[in-house]
Amino acid sequence: MTRPTPEVLAHRAHPTTPAADTKKPQPSQTELLTGAQVLVRSLEALGADVVFGIPGGAILPAYDPLFDSENVRHILVRHEQGAGHAATGYAQATGKVGVCMATSGPGATNLVTPIADAYMDSVAMVAITGQVGSQSIGTDAFQEADIAGITLPITKHNYLVKSGEELPRVLAEAFHLAGTGRPGPVLVDIPKDVLQKQTTFKWPPVMELPGYHPTLHPHGKQIREAARLIGAAKRPVLYVGGGVIKAHASEVLLKLAELTGAPVVTTLMARGAFPDSHPQHLGMPGMHGSVAAVYALQKSDLLIAIGARFDDRVTGELSTFAPNAQVIHADIDPAEIGKNRVADVPIVGDAKHVIEELIAAVTAEQAAGRQPALKDWWATLDDIRGRYPLGYEEPSDGTLSPQYVIERIGKIVGPDAIYTAGVGQHQMWAAQFIRYEHPATWLNSGGLGTMGYAVPAAMGAKVGMPDKTVWAIDGDGCFQMTNQELATCALEGIPIKVAVINNGNLGMVRQWQTLFYDQRYSNTELGTHKHRIPDFVKLADALGCVGLRCETKRDVDATIEAAMKVTDQPVVVDFVVGKDAMVWPMVAAGTSNDEIMFARGVRPAFDQDDV
Amino acid sequence: MAKHTLSVLVENKPGILARVAGLFARRGFNIDSLAVGETEHPEVSRMTIVVNADESPLEQVTKQLNKLVQVLKIVELDTTASVQRELLLVKVRAERPVRSQVLETVNLFRARVVDVAADALTIEATGTSEKLDALLRDLEPFGIKEMVQSGVVAIGRGSRSITTGPALRAAS
Repeated sequence: MTRPTPEVLAHRAHPTTPAADTKKPQPSQTELLTGAQVLVRSLEALGADVVFGIPGGAILPAYDPLFDSENVRHILVRHEQGAGHAATGYAQATGKVGVCMATSGPGATNLVTPIADAYMDSVAMVAITGQVGSQSIGTDAFQEADIAGITLPITKHNYLVKSGEELPRVLAEAFHLAGTGRPGPVLVDIPKDVLQKQTTFKWPPVMELPGYHPTLHPHGKQIREAARLIGAAKRPVLYVGGGVIKAHASEVLLKLAELTGAPVVTTLMARGAFPDSHPQHLGMPGMHGSVAAVYALQKSDLLIAIGARFDDRVTGELSTFAPNAQVIHADIDPAEIGKNRVADVPIVGDAKHVIEELIAAVTAEQAAGRQPALKDWWATLDDIRGRYPLGYEEPSDGTLSPQYVIERIGKIVGPDAIYTAGVGQHQMWAAQFIRYEHPATWLNSGGLGTMGYAVPAAMGAKVGMPDKTVWAIDGDGCFQMTNQELATCALEGIPIKVAVINNGNLGMVRQWQTLFYDQRYSNTELGTHKHRIPDFVKLADALGCVGLRCETKRDVDATIEAAMKVTDQPVVVDFVVGKDAMVWPMVAAGTSNDEIMFARGVRPAFDQDDV
Repeated sequence: MAKHTLSVLVENKPGILARVAGLFARRGFNIDSLAVGETEHPEVSRMTIVVNADESPLEQVTKQLNKLVQVLKIVELDTTASVQRELLLVKVRAERPVRSQVLETVNLFRARVVDVAADALTIEATGTSEKLDALLRDLEPFGIKEMVQSGVVAIGRGSRSITTGPALRAAS
């Protein structure tokens, strides 16, 4: 795929001014300010209302004017990783750019994980780091780390600022790059002397991005070709990825789905992009997807992939993925198209524009009488989903079922809340058993698989959407990685709710040990059951939260309701669940989707259903 | 695998070389040769990158290159439709008895002597890799004391310019 190239390279292409929040103060005259003041004024002008961070030596000058800012709320976190994931949670819940801040050296390197996380999941984030003074750069100075170099492969772009003068332009560019096209993290590293020195401030700056032109509008010819294939397909599937949520395209997706009548599958990053209650929704595809969703992709003759990237967790063994399907692949990032699977119809564009234009083109096809009957396809799919519904068995040892807990949270709390998750079994169950009806209500670490994501992300989401109930569905392993941010939540008035699905183990790793390592449970027992270390109720209390515990099925609803009643404090619920529950269905890593197991030792009978 | 020559126009800013080189390295490509210099527009630099790669991984790396914010344009130059040159400086042993033979080789290849010592000559030559390889082969028997080669620089034939004209096929 080609991308528009600047017509005249010699000229700075299309000087553009950043979109600024008009409610915020808009200085127009040149003023003499310190670099730190310029930073804060620029953040205000860019509409950044929240910054998550921790001060330290090199970034210290920035914290002085930040102290006075009436428009930028700084939230003091307990670990920079928390700041990064909070910025991500904020961005994913609000659709705005999330901002985090840290000092040089270890402060900056602690941001590396959330930056990599945001990069993998295409989240609009700006990370601002202090750097040692310009004269000291490269001398192994105290708390020096080449964070621009370190984050080169995990940022959409990054900057080492050389002078205060360029700060407004760099920040405007950073926000613009982070939030447009395929979103992603942008890091701005600012040496201490640049923050201290006086400089001139003028807003708005002129952005200089001659090489950055994301393609938003798809090519008409490709759209017509896609509509032609849709008009001829007997077994189409809409394979929906996180790009649909990023493009705010859920409403038009619903229209396209109903217009074509095609089944819809939503990836882990796209849960909520299409209502779970909709009859055309087959659920999540992939390693722990529903049998119906996996089956539909495997047997499809036309994949309509929108904002999805054919991740290995979705495709399984790539060479056997959807072997008979032609592929329409629409993505805003041309590099995703054809990366893993050859696209028969490549479409570069923003998911919303793509879907809108597809609706028009498909309508025209249908008007010309080309609208295939999908009756046989649906008969097969309905049969499969009837025979292999999502479900779980109650543990035979009488312990509490983790799936039941998560299912009940979803039922009682409802689809208007925001749910975040860590990584592992509880994440998969939260993706499977909570019914999502709206976009941006399910936030998780899909690409990088960052344990510890749930609590700080929930904190960020709650700050961005204070009127929404926010539940972090976490595991006992994940929770112990980032729970210190509950102190932040308690002190800053961020009343999130955390359900620790405590099975006493690193559950997903244990599941693999059960299945693939002869039940040799090497280093997966955490002691949170056997020794009750830590005691999550006491820990919650120590962190200024309400701590609750639930160990039996009959207490589950009452405990969730008790947690819902607390609105002025964060709540942690220790759900003590059985350790042997496993995530099903499952496509073992590296195997074909055709090998999906419905439950342990149970392979769905597909072959006689071959269409 | 085949050799591909990419002309990459980039913003002339610090760090861009590391971004481009890092991208190739991360994706497992070995860069055969790389040359960077300013263009007729001082704010634009031009990299000429020669890589050995199959079509499909090359397409992916080109798309990834295009995503770098400071990359302005990428054009793949076909060897037959472009002029490609390298520069070679080579110090050859050339004592009196063989000096005239060395000079004869220099003349045959339209190379130049740029420095003379009692027992050695330093020769400058430009040309395609093939021509320079041939020259080195002929100088080898005299004894090569030291040599240095530049990366390939390449420019399309004809009047069309990739820096001002409408976009050529972006090599992706």
